Parts: sequence; C-alpha cells; structure tokens
Amino acid sequence: MKLVVVDYGCGNLFSLLCSLRYIGADASVSADPQEVLSADRIILPGVGAFGDAADLLERSGMKEAVLAAARAGKPLLGICVGMQLLFERSYEFGVHAGLGLLPGEIRPLAGRIPDYLPVPHMGWNKLLIHRQDDPLVGQFRTDPYFYFVHSFYACRCDRYVTASADYGVSIPAVVRKGAVYGTQFHPEKSGENGLSLLRAFTSEGVRLA
Amino acid sequence: MLTKRIIPCLDIRDGMVVKGVNFSGIRTVASPIDLARFYNRSLADELVFYDITASAEGRALFTDVLKSVASEIFIPLTVGGGINAVSDFERVLNCGADKVSVNSGALASPELIGEAAKKYGSQCVVLSMDVKRVDGVFRVFSKGGREMTDKEAVAWAVEGQERGAGELVINSIDTDGMKGGFDLEMLSAISSRVRIPIIASGGAGCREDFRTLFRAGCADAGLAASIFHYEELLIPDLKHYLAAEGIPVRL
Repeated sequence: MKLVVVDYGCGNLFSLLCSLRYIGADASVSADPQEVLSADRIILPGVGAFGDAADLLERSGMKEAVLAAARAGKPLLGICVGMQLLFERSYEFGVHAGLGLLPGEIRPLAGRIPDYLPVPHMGWNKLLIHRQDDPLVGQFRTDPYFYFVHSFYACRCDRYVTASADYGVSIPAVVRKGAVYGTQFHPEKSGENGLSLLRAFTSEGVRLA
Repeated sequence: MLTKRIIPCLDIRDGMVVKGVNFSGIRTVASPIDLARFYNRSLADELVFYDITASAEGRALFTDVLKSVASEIFIPLTVGGGINAVSDFERVLNCGADKVSVNSGALASPELIGEAAKKYGSQCVVLSMDVKRVDGVFRVFSKGGREMTDKEAVAWAVEGQERGAGELVINSIDTDGMKGGFDLEMLSAISSRVRIPIIASGGAGCREDFRTLFRAGCADAGLAASIFHYEELLIPDLKHYLAAEGIPVRL
C-alpha cells in the first residue's frame, strides 16, 4: 500500500512522519501531484491560516491531485487545517474556498464560545464518539483524549461528524463522508490514542471506504 | 471538557538536563531522553525543553536530543532558549518542535512574534516572560532573569497577544524555586487581560499548589521542573489528586 503525505509547503511534517514511521507505516512525503494521484491513501496536513494553506494547495498543483484522488474513492485524511480545507469555505480573515469535499464551513470560535474560554482551543480534550462503526474512532471504548490547537471550527456539517469535543460549543473533532476523513485534533501529537487512530488509517486490513 | 495541562520543563545544557534555583546554582540531573520517556509514561501533557547552552557544539547536541525525543514521543514539544530570529524557529521546528518559546529575542525585537506567527501560525509561537516585582510593578526581565527591561508584564502580555503569540508562559522570578506556590497575584493580573492560554511557571512545591492554581482560574497549565525531576511529586499522583478535587485532567 502506498501512503503519501501531501507536502504543499504548509507546516512542519517532521512529527507526522516520525509518528507514521513509529507505527511501521510505509509513508512518503511528496510535493509531486503525480505521487498523490498514484497513492492508495493520502494524508493532508496543515497548520496556520486557512487562506494561506488554500493558496499553497492550489499553487502547488496539489488541489487538483487531492480532488482527483478523492473522486477516485481513495481514502483521504485531513489533519487540523488539512481537515478544515476539506469543507466548502472558511471565514478566517476573509472568505476562502476550500476543497468542497464535505458540506460545511469554517467559523471562528471567538464569539461562539463563552468569553472566559481561551482562544485558541489548546490542549487535551475528550471525544464524544457519535458513530461506533467509524473505522477511525469506533475502536475507542472510553473517553479518549486528543490534542487540539485551533481557533476556528467546522460548522453546518452535523451529519458528517463521527466524534465531537465540548468547548463551549460542540466542536466537530472527527468528520467523515465516504472515504474522506478529517480530524480537527493532531493525532501525531495525541500519544497512544493518536497512534491508534493513525494505525487504523494506515492498516490495509481496515476498510475505510 | 478541555483538561488542565501538567508540563515538566527540562533545561538542557550541553545535551544534559539541568535545574537551578532562582536562575543560578545550576546542576546536572539526567539524560533528557530518559527523562522525556519517563514523563511520557507518567502522563505529562506536554514537554518543554529550554536550551541554555551557549556554544555552537552545545546547540548541535541540543538539536540531536530534540530529534531523538521527537522520534519516539508523540505529545506536544515546546522549545525555547536562543530563539532570536525566524531562522531559529525553523531550526528547531525542523528537529521536531511543535511550539517555539521566545523570550529575550522578542524583547529585543518584538516584531519577531508577528513574523514567526505569520510564517508558522500563532499556534506555534509561545511568548515566555520572566517577571519580577520591582517597586510594586510587574517588571519583565530578559536574558534569563539577569537584565531588567522597561516592559511591564501585563502590557507586554497584551502586546504579545496582539502581535500574534498563541500562548503565554508566565514565570515569576519572585516565586521560582521557592516551592511556596504559584504567583497567583501576578497570574491573575495577566490572565484577566488576555484571551490566549497561560502556562503558569515558578513556585510549585506540592500538589495543593496546582489545585490552588487551577481553582483560581488564572492558568490553563502548570509548569514545573525540580519537583518532577527529583520525584518529589509524581505526575500520575498529582493528576489523580486533581481529578478527585474536581479539576479536569487527562488520565
């Protein structure tokens, strides 16, 4: 199985690659859209501002490659801003178009959560699992904690949420539509739970579509 | 519910962990990789590594240590010490840091906060400040607490947030190493004026100090070094205690 981490110049891939190697996944990082097209499974990382990430994705030629791979039904996992990019649009510093693979939009936490809660939502939060049949999070039986760091969150996507976290509002933590998955948290920074989730996404034996 | 974080801090010099009291009397305690493994097993929520090396050789040793830790420990790693330019952010991020803590470098050139936030995102820019009361004013010190600046701590925290810092580490020089509890007065003054998360540092002596800190609502995380390194307080014991006291922690 060929697992490719999309390198479109957004963020640091060191930790993600280390965690994939640690669990024995044969992952490669690639800045070549052709590599993404020929991959069996794809991870789309991302940090920083949505608009910058969307621009980089487009300019690198990776936007078309990721869309084509998703259309072909290849399992895709977006992480953090990579997850947010899967949606239709974001309202982070202006309005920016996303990949549109999932219905929904990205809105700021500030103004939607009580003022006493810090922004960014940073730290370990507990998941509420909505779908025990989900290939990524169905494996967790009790209160799994994951590491979050974000100031914007996905809205109007309720039917695609397989796990959420409570932070004044219900934050979509894991989303899925067909073989397109996203995690708002960082599995590569979430200790054993995060490694288990990555194992599920990278194991040939796990059916993701 | 978001949990309160417990963060051990590892001061690294020439590839080894050291810990001083009131910023002096430095002594070597352990191998950073062994200690990082120990803390990962002990449910530490994040690790902070401060590079207090002066030489280029020591700096290379530090990045080797960081790479080794990042290759096997998958919780957030913050790196500080010697961060004076955007290129320093790049150097440590490429070796496995997730967040970069800037202190004297930001005091010398405050625009560094914004430049780094623009390039790497606010989530990875941590503004760390060493604060001490001088004539009734919370005064910010640079160079590891040796040099007084003209900055007042609350104003500097607000400025840091506005410039794009994603988190603050507030270290009270007055309570550091004293083991008499965190500096709640200083932390409250700052936390009431900023929205970004605050890591409290300096003064933890026992588990009750963490309970008092989190009950006061002026910090999102508690950082300590010697009490954890010398196993005066074990993080699992601390977290079970806090959970029993009704404070949300990751277990």
